[in-house]
Amino acid sequence: METQSLRDKYEVVIGLEVHAQLKTKSKIFAPDGAEFGHEPNTQTSPITLGMPGVLPVLNKGVVDMAILVGLALNSKIAKRCKFDRKQYFYPDLPKGYQISQYDEPVCIGGEIKISNKTIKITRAHLEEDAGKLVHAGAAGIYGSAYSLVDLNRAGTPLLEIVSEPDMRSSDEAREYMEQLRNNLRYIGVCDGNLEEGSMRCDANISIRPKGQKEFGTRAEIKNVNSFRALQRAIEFEIDRQIDLVENGEEVVQETRLWDDNKGITSSMRGKEDAHDYRYFPEPDLMPLEIDDEWIERVRKTMPELPKAKVERYMNLGLSEYDANVIVNQMDWALFYDEVVKADINPKVASNFLTGEIAAYLKEEKITIDESKLTVENFVKLLKLLEKGTLSNNIAKTLVVELLKTGEDVEEVVEKRGLSVMNDDSAILAVIQKVLNENKSQVELYKSGKDKLFGFFVGQVMKETKGRANPKTLNDLLKKELEK
Amino acid sequence: MISIKDVEHVAKLARLELTEEEKVKFSKQLGDVLSYMEQMNEVDTTGVEPMNHPIDFSNVMREDTVICEQTREELMANAPEIEQDYFKVPKIN
Amino acid sequence: MELLKKTAVEIREALLKKEVSAVELTEEMYKRIEQVENKIGAFNSLTKEYALETAKKVDEKIKNKEELPILAGVPLALKDNINFKGYKTTASSKILENFVSPYDATVSIKLRENLIPVIGKTNLDEFAMGSSNENSAFKKVHNPFNLNKVPGGSSGGSAASVSALESYISLGSDTGGSIRLPASFCGISGFKPTYGRVSRYGLIAFASSLDQIGPFGRCVEDVANLYYAIAGYDKKDSTSLNVKVENPLDTLKNDIKGLKVGVIKELLTDDVDEDVKKAVMSAVKVYEKLGCEIKEVSLPLLKHSIGIYYIVATAEASSNLARFDGVRYGYRTKDPQNLMEMYTKTRQEGFGDEVKRRIMLGTYALSSGYYDAYYKKAQQMRRLVKDDFSRVFKEVDLLVSPVCPNTAFDIGSRNDDPIKMYLTDIGTICANLIGSPAMSVPCGFDKDGMPIGLHLLTDVMKDNLLLQAAYNFERETDFNKQFANI
Repeated sequence: METQSLRDKYEVVIGLEVHAQLKTKSKIFAPDGAEFGHEPNTQTSPITLGMPGVLPVLNKGVVDMAILVGLALNSKIAKRCKFDRKQYFYPDLPKGYQISQYDEPVCIGGEIKISNKTIKITRAHLEEDAGKLVHAGAAGIYGSAYSLVDLNRAGTPLLEIVSEPDMRSSDEAREYMEQLRNNLRYIGVCDGNLEEGSMRCDANISIRPKGQKEFGTRAEIKNVNSFRALQRAIEFEIDRQIDLVENGEEVVQETRLWDDNKGITSSMRGKEDAHDYRYFPEPDLMPLEIDDEWIERVRKTMPELPKAKVERYMNLGLSEYDANVIVNQMDWALFYDEVVKADINPKVASNFLTGEIAAYLKEEKITIDESKLTVENFVKLLKLLEKGTLSNNIAKTLVVELLKTGEDVEEVVEKRGLSVMNDDSAILAVIQKVLNENKSQVELYKSGKDKLFGFFVGQVMKETKGRANPKTLNDLLKKELEK
Repeated sequence: MISIKDVEHVAKLARLELTEEEKVKFSKQLGDVLSYMEQMNEVDTTGVEPMNHPIDFSNVMREDTVICEQTREELMANAPEIEQDYFKVPKIN
Repeated sequence: MELLKKTAVEIREALLKKEVSAVELTEEMYKRIEQVENKIGAFNSLTKEYALETAKKVDEKIKNKEELPILAGVPLALKDNINFKGYKTTASSKILENFVSPYDATVSIKLRENLIPVIGKTNLDEFAMGSSNENSAFKKVHNPFNLNKVPGGSSGGSAASVSALESYISLGSDTGGSIRLPASFCGISGFKPTYGRVSRYGLIAFASSLDQIGPFGRCVEDVANLYYAIAGYDKKDSTSLNVKVENPLDTLKNDIKGLKVGVIKELLTDDVDEDVKKAVMSAVKVYEKLGCEIKEVSLPLLKHSIGIYYIVATAEASSNLARFDGVRYGYRTKDPQNLMEMYTKTRQEGFGDEVKRRIMLGTYALSSGYYDAYYKKAQQMRRLVKDDFSRVFKEVDLLVSPVCPNTAFDIGSRNDDPIKMYLTDIGTICANLIGSPAMSVPCGFDKDGMPIGLHLLTDVMKDNLLLQAAYNFERETDFNKQFANI
């Protein structure tokens, strides 16, 4: 109670710096492979190791991707930009400097729309990733006896996307991240996997009394490795800062590390020197000039963006909620697009996807691609449903089987005789059998207990294993009971 | 002259350990060199574009293709210390 | 002895006429090195196996009457800051004392393709930082004309090896005069091409925007041939010029009648030794005789070039040398207690005095609060200097001056005064700041018999015109045919 009233006194200000690993084949300044999951130090070269005498050469694919991101985020693409050296010593940084863009980023400005507001983007710039450290004899740096360096990741292209401090809650921050991730994934430049680090996020958080114009002192939170962690870290940090201010203390401008196990942020102060990165223009690289022709060439490769997809789905008759659920899972959306292309009722397809299919995938913790269900098989199933060959209930049960087994739906229906009974005389025979076996209920019905109608339907369905055409059943049953 | 404290700060940034003698020597020599360089302040450079390269051109790039020419063993042959295919460094803190 | 004094052009003739085989020649070279090297100190290491193997290939080709690259079989000395795969590349630094190159510099690949026997890696000022070659971590280089004097730096070993008849041709690198100064002090020709003409890939970087690899030789034609062998666009070096290199031999021997020659007023002041001034003025007379138009030109901003240079060069160097951290290669201090200690002690023990001084200066110039006052200011000044030269190049084609205000000085005489040492470079530095080609050709001797070098400089991309002007001067004189007695 007290927390909530305290929360009401303050406004939260959040800005996010997101590092997105670009999915190029080779590294940003060296031709060695940029794939994950290789043996340590096998994805390297003299350039990546920073051998004496080597020189960087910019990967054109990286620039194409940066332009694509800029277009997706409505940024201005810089006509001219350059690279700089950001200098610091660390074992995962081979040259003693990171090639980055200091004062001339490739993308300037931009925006991302979330539910009810627009978050502005300050800039996006290109840089190279560092390698990875393994700490021996401890979970982290602290207390380890020594560390081991793997430089496979060193030199992987990164696009750092910096937002304005426009977010006012952890929900907004989360939504911004989700939207940004969707965009990056849909345009095919980034896996957007927070857990694996292909997308990383630092959050700048401050608070100020409501109504105050000036920003409060901010803390930068690092090591947030999931959407949940992002929200939890922000919530923790807000409470921590309010607590400080309420107790007459000051928030210190510093970098803090989120500890997901303990659920707290802690200061890195004293463990890192005050940084003086000594940026200066990278003399080994020439500037980049991006003309309209280049931008247009890239624009032609732009796929449908998530926002446009949601709108399109809504025009197909989906609810905003369902449209978002599908778009937020890119593999679902790609699957769904293929299904709809086959002239299937979009709403019906969506119901299956967000209903039975979603439930099954969640239960099994797999993706739709990992399941056995193919677009082709799903389309066949929905066609059978549409034609009335399958009942809705059978189709719903069947789709789960198809997810598991991948068997051809037509063969299954044929083999197991699951198609709907449209033969009036056959249905009538079952009805008569059911009525004969339940004479007392028939009497009760006739004396006015209308509700028993459902009971007879159920019995017939039971006898026919759900295959009786519901409409035919209704009509015939009514007629029989009126006799 | 630049102060010993400045010398120490710069040495730390550059990850150089200096002896007391070196600190004194560098504070004088760097000071001398820097004051010599201050002659440049005679010239007004307002609005002059800094020249980062002797010859101006732009857009030097390579295609996004993978070329892997050398083995890990070749590339790590000069390493001071290796453990299980990693470069080994002493404890960080 | 006569064989050793030949030029590369003459060696080719001897090889083709089978007066000597490439293997014999290479063996002769190693004999000479054995005789004089203890006095000179030009080599850090020898690459005998490679040299003899290459010489054998050349002899094979001669035997089979196959076409032979112009410098095939001519023993060459390679500056030890240029990577040569499979052999040590130390940059004369303790921090790379045991570093074996895992890859080839682009120029090394070209030397291999041209069947040039690389006979050894030459001594230099540590990381090419110095004007006297006294800053090598291993040993000093001595001037073949007077063993008590410096050979000039930083490519002192490359220059001295040619001068002392330990090689016919050599490669050096030039950041502020590191080819031209030792060429001048050792009485040979040395050429720094236009920035970007020769790939820097594989050259251990000192100052990236100033470094350029270039040739040494006993005559301008050798220098021109070696330049042509190593020049050209390299996709591994983003700063390399994507422009076709014309063969300098196409125009080298044409006359230079009507060429406009500018004499730089600011480089012939009273600070210049009398003998040097006299020699340079006689050289100007030679150009006059060759039908050139002589003109005095003024470059008022020249005096700032040293200040600009020492900020830009040290700033870039402080960054380029950050990779020597004891993690992936090179020297590491014994038993460091933690990471910080590993860094600071490795670099303290691994770098020499001058290198540390420059790292400190460069780090300071880039550090927070000083960037605008030093680095940015220097890069702005650099543009003004370039504009100054562009103005002059509207009036003249070629600029002449002394390479250095003085001839080779005594070893140990300038050690404790960095500014005085830096001033040695005043005549050469501007070529690196503006990217121009420049060279040193022998133009006389002082009263003590020490060589004097004439500095020639043209606008960027006019490398072949520069070589042509140098060749014409050399043809009129015989300073390049006087050898040191060791």
